[in-house]
Amino acid sequence: MALKPAEHEQRGYRSGGPGLRLILLVAFSIALMVLDQRGQHLDQARRTLSGAFYPLLYLVDAPFTLVDTLRENLALRSELLARNRELDETLLLTNARLQRMAALEAENARLRALLDSTENLPGRVLIAEILSIDMDPLRHRIVLNRGLRDGVHAGQALIDAEGIVGQVTREHGRTAEALLITDPDHGVPVEVVRNGLRTVAMGTGDLERLSLPFLPRNADIRAGDLLVTSGLGGSFPAGYPVGTVRRVDDSAGAAFSEVDAEPAARLNRIREVLLVFPDEVERGHSIQDSPPDPSAGDAPAPADDAPETGNGEAET
Amino acid sequence: MSARHAPLWPVWLMLLLAAMLELLPLPGGLSRLGPPWTAMVVIYWALMWPGRVAIGTAWLAGLLLDVLQGSLLGQHALSLSVTSYLVLRFHLQMRIFPLWQLTMTVFCLLLLEAFLRLWIDGVAGDARAGLMRFAPAVTGLMVWPLLMALLDRSRERLERRESRFT
Repeated sequence: MALKPAEHEQRGYRSGGPGLRLILLVAFSIALMVLDQRGQHLDQARRTLSGAFYPLLYLVDAPFTLVDTLRENLALRSELLARNRELDETLLLTNARLQRMAALEAENARLRALLDSTENLPGRVLIAEILSIDMDPLRHRIVLNRGLRDGVHAGQALIDAEGIVGQVTREHGRTAEALLITDPDHGVPVEVVRNGLRTVAMGTGDLERLSLPFLPRNADIRAGDLLVTSGLGGSFPAGYPVGTVRRVDDSAGAAFSEVDAEPAARLNRIREVLLVFPDEVERGHSIQDSPPDPSAGDAPAPADDAPETGNGEAET
Repeated sequence: MSARHAPLWPVWLMLLLAAMLELLPLPGGLSRLGPPWTAMVVIYWALMWPGRVAIGTAWLAGLLLDVLQGSLLGQHALSLSVTSYLVLRFHLQMRIFPLWQLTMTVFCLLLLEAFLRLWIDGVAGDARAGLMRFAPAVTGLMVWPLLMALLDRSRERLERRESRFT
């Protein structure tokens, strides 16, 4: 099996080549990684590349969409009717609850005006679908089927019917990447509804669990407390449910108590989410009032001049 | 000895397919066990056609994976080019290994590849899930003989077709 040097040459190997090429490519990779890590130098390149490869994502997602469509189309008439009735009932209940909302909202606005404070209520939402793509099993990242074209921008919050889902981390042409609130790198500023106690809910890498690591042992928090977004930090609109406190362990000898919460959003079952667009007028206010926050990611965004496509959008 | 002129596009097609397979969501807890298809396909072709499919191809395939998976741009590119370099370096020895020994060598390469990425993540500041990172390499160890049989067949067909035409 040992080849003579001449034969080696014949088959196209170069003796000194691979090592040099490896060193060059490794150096180039390291340069790329450093640029990618330190800021947004490569966002445009990444956007172009992922735009070129986005058909691949759709190909991977296609079978799952197909199964969904088949399931919808092959459902029995009786099942559809039952489902329809169920939805009608839900709509009735929700509408009944909403009747009081208008009055409450007006009252709230009046009170806030008295207190001279503004609140970032979201102006507009857009329905986005989560593609069935497993980006990195160790992280909780998802791909949405909406991108720059729909006015999506990094930093935007994602919600579902039950609560906060996550936030957009990177926008591409037709898709966007988002981080779930359970990703170990993610933190949501929250407050306890019962007493207004503020803290941060960190992801744990487990879809069913959030952790609240920064609470002192004497903090007033107990199992069953509802956590909502506090709106601090500017990434998330205030007042959306984040989760319910499941377990408080202050028996340990540590300075901080261990508090676990269960996310309100059904993170392991969702297929559709709502992208929240902060209200333009309100945001104009808050930008004037407070110094610009670079981490918030809602600096002059393309969302402002996005076409009002009506499809899938709703006023809240 | 006809690998020199065989068409390269099937290799690229396989690499694309492998990258897509890695994106395929597996049910529940299995998602952390998905084998590193791209790395295995890269190892196979670097082993069999070392003069044609080597570090450059591996680097591009890694970059594709970085774009698709949203990892640090260059992370997979680096780990795969180092892996393919090692295969290139030792391909003559590796080719005469019996299957079980080759499988073990591939396992070591996959572990090394996973370790390189863990290391990069550590430097970049988000190392996590320590041992679970090596689980895909174990799955890779189990599917390698199958994958190799499959790829062997297509490679032989490519080489035969090529020799028929020239």
